[in-house]
Amino acid sequence: MEESHYVIEMENITKAFGTFKANDNVNLKVKKGEIHALLGENGAGKSTLMNILSGLLEPTSGTIRIHGKEVDIANPTIANKLGIGMVHQHFMLIDNFTIAENIILGSEPTNAGVIDRKKALKEITAVSDRYGFKIDPSALISNISVGMQQRVEIIKTLYRGADLLIFDEPTAVLTPQEIEELIEIMHGLVAEGKSIIVITHKLDEIKAVADRCTVIRRGKSIDTVNVADVSPQELADLMVGRSVSFKTPKGPAAPTHPVLKIKDLVVKENRGLDAVKDLTLEVRAGEIVGVAGIDGNGQSELLQAITGMRKVESGTVEINGKDATNNRPREITENSTAHVPEDRQKYGLVLPMTVSENLAIQTYYKAPLSKSGFLNYKSINQHARELIEEFDVRTSSELVPASALSGGNQQKAIIAREIDRDPDLLIVAQPTRGLDVGAIEYIHKRLIEQRDRGKGVLCVSFELDEILNISDRIAVMFDGRIVGIVDPQETNEQELGLLMAGVPLAEARQELSQTVAQEGAGVDE
Amino acid sequence: MNNSSRIKALAVPVVSVLAGLILGAVIMVVSGYSPVEGYQAMLRGAFGRTYNIGEVFRSATPLILTGLGFSVASTAGFFNIGLAGQALAGWISAIWLALTFPDLPKIILVPLCIVIGALAGALWAGIAGFFKAQFGTSEVIVTIMLNYTILYISNHLVRYVLTDNKDATPKISENASLRTEFLRNLSGGSRLNMGLFLALIMIVVIWIFMKKTTVGFEMRAVGMNPFASEYAGMSAKKNIVLAMMISGALAGLGGVVEGLGTFENLYILDAAPAIGFDGMAVSLLGGGNPIGILLSAILFGTLKTGGLKMSSVDIPNEIVDVVVASIIFFIGISFAIRYIMDKFSPKKGEV
Ligand SMILES: Nc1ncnc2c1ncn2[C@@H]1O[C@H](COP(=O)(O)OP(=O)(O)OP(=O)(O)O)[C@@H](O)[C@H]1O
Ligand SMILES: [Mg+2]
Repeated sequence: MEESHYVIEMENITKAFGTFKANDNVNLKVKKGEIHALLGENGAGKSTLMNILSGLLEPTSGTIRIHGKEVDIANPTIANKLGIGMVHQHFMLIDNFTIAENIILGSEPTNAGVIDRKKALKEITAVSDRYGFKIDPSALISNISVGMQQRVEIIKTLYRGADLLIFDEPTAVLTPQEIEELIEIMHGLVAEGKSIIVITHKLDEIKAVADRCTVIRRGKSIDTVNVADVSPQELADLMVGRSVSFKTPKGPAAPTHPVLKIKDLVVKENRGLDAVKDLTLEVRAGEIVGVAGIDGNGQSELLQAITGMRKVESGTVEINGKDATNNRPREITENSTAHVPEDRQKYGLVLPMTVSENLAIQTYYKAPLSKSGFLNYKSINQHARELIEEFDVRTSSELVPASALSGGNQQKAIIAREIDRDPDLLIVAQPTRGLDVGAIEYIHKRLIEQRDRGKGVLCVSFELDEILNISDRIAVMFDGRIVGIVDPQETNEQELGLLMAGVPLAEARQELSQTVAQEGAGVDE
Repeated sequence: MNNSSRIKALAVPVVSVLAGLILGAVIMVVSGYSPVEGYQAMLRGAFGRTYNIGEVFRSATPLILTGLGFSVASTAGFFNIGLAGQALAGWISAIWLALTFPDLPKIILVPLCIVIGALAGALWAGIAGFFKAQFGTSEVIVTIMLNYTILYISNHLVRYVLTDNKDATPKISENASLRTEFLRNLSGGSRLNMGLFLALIMIVVIWIFMKKTTVGFEMRAVGMNPFASEYAGMSAKKNIVLAMMISGALAGLGGVVEGLGTFENLYILDAAPAIGFDGMAVSLLGGGNPIGILLSAILFGTLKTGGLKMSSVDIPNEIVDVVVASIIFFIGISFAIRYIMDKFSPKKGEV
């Protein structure tokens, strides 16, 4: 029989949840040794398709061929045997196990029924050396960075003999540095003859890493293109089905009185060290203040302290002219403040509850959602349907559990819930993490709209694009402090990069102008 | 809920019950008794006469209440293993009150005893809730200790306060009893009592409370995701204490029904009442939902009442106990069975 030059051929795959088709006659063909990107809006059906390929879901109809041979991937174990490995967006690692233990978990090499640790270690080292991973197999998962954890997940799939690796939004949680390293790793893997399917919403990443790209729109595969032949703009338009703009137009801000005043704030992190150190910051009505910074410089603790979820050690927080230091979350909510939390699944949603209930979770105790202590499910569901419609949350119904929403749509639901309350102060962390470009455009528009209606917005994001795009002022956070406040019109990514690394503003500017001078280009700024 | 998960929700209890019945049969065979005869006797014991049916429902009654109690606590993420102690707290206080004011009119005395019993159960459970909320102390350990504490308190009260060194209190007055002429005649002279209506009412009340009120909403949210609940401004502490007190109140009602309905007194116990642990099993078997709890309480009533009759075909009481226990055991591990079924069912709907 003739070997097909495709490793994977998924043909006419349909997956229905009830009457709703998450995948509708999808076709996907991956060549051996290529990096194949999967692009599509939130809820288009990308994760569903990959869950089918990795044996987590059963297709309603369609055929899958591996190296030309038809297969039935009934469960993840079979997928493993067929050489398919998936790196999920939410890692599936055990915190207090070591790297090595996590890697061998479920396929431990044994010697007379006893786990053969020596052999395991040798094999792990062999795998990681071959692909150039730098890991310490004896380190505990809880002590390593997110980027490192992802590497463990990758090694785990390789250790089980994967030939085709699936990455579901691998870069959403990584720092720019880690993203670059991941891209290198991926190139290394295909050089070794592996094939890769990668899901990402970031078009520049597709350009940087992928050979071909299949676009899925509302459950249907639209096209497969050679990445080299298309521009990011073309990819975006293809995916959404209309022309998307990357830069949200916005007029100048007209800030007035302060809505949030933080003074000399000190907050501790979980281990008891100071994470926020004497921080002072103000957000005025009618402006968007962006907080830029590398993950782990106290941003999370700052937001948690403002919103009442972490203790303020010293200093003050004032919201809407009222002292809000160490207020409880409910008091802060009642003080016209809304909060899109960083970790949507841990804080933002009660996953087993319905979408409808989740959209009511901040206001369920008020009319019209409830009356004298009794919930009014008619209003709750009505309210949910309105938000779903307005914010284009893609779901088959408001009555499915929130866990059935796609990652991006979970995020959209949270944002819808928080903006809907029309708060004077809107605090958002990573507002567009995991969103497609169309949704990002929409969310940015809504944030700017809030600003224009005279509300204050505080936005923490690791995406410099986003910070530069929507902020009226950028506060750069480093080591628990605001090390500089800059005007987005007068700064750029390089300058922000230096500030985020702890270089003081004056020095950063000097350094940058020197580089320009040294390059001797003589071009105007 | 989609179709397959609905089937699974039903399959787990059915599989557990069948497995228990099979194990019971194996035990009978191994010990040289006929399982067919044994189970036939059990059925006769449970449904043979109106009296037996009455007793089935009589013994199901407190289990409905303790079962509901367990499910309320576990909805809020709390493992109330102290139902037995809370039931006893309800039982002893209701008896005490009934013996102190034997001549109050029935219309006042019975409701008063019910309320006091519920409060006592709520208080006893509330202690554990308070420690959990305030200091993070494990509710499992605290409630187990409280089971012993109330056992000794109650035995002391029976022996030295309510009686003069006797093993049982006197019978309560007619005015305090939950039994009625009507139910007795209806059920062939069984001990079936008004407690059954109390239990049925509580099924409805608790269902409405958990599903339709804002407080029930908070409890469900806290139980499923304490972090998100805190983010949404709910107080985990308040909900833990409240859920625990409601759970305890229901268990207390179970005790009241035993005291004012089944036994009409209290006696020296060597362990906290069995309705506590059986209630847990009832709730687990019923999947924590009200109708499930009702049905599994009736099943338990059947096993317990019918089991008594098995000795009539010469199966010794010990074997009967083992058979009933093995069925309960399988139900008790239905959590494990559910887990195993999840693990080995090939498809998961998660994204
Ligand atoms: N178990 C389920 N029940 C009902 N609908 C579901 C279920 N699982 C997924 N869906 C729906 O299927 C659609 C596709 O979801 P999927 O997770 O594949 O999207 P996605 O392309 O990965 O989106 P994202 O970019 O946001 O992660 C969504 O509309 C989702 O709501
Ligand atoms: Mg997805």
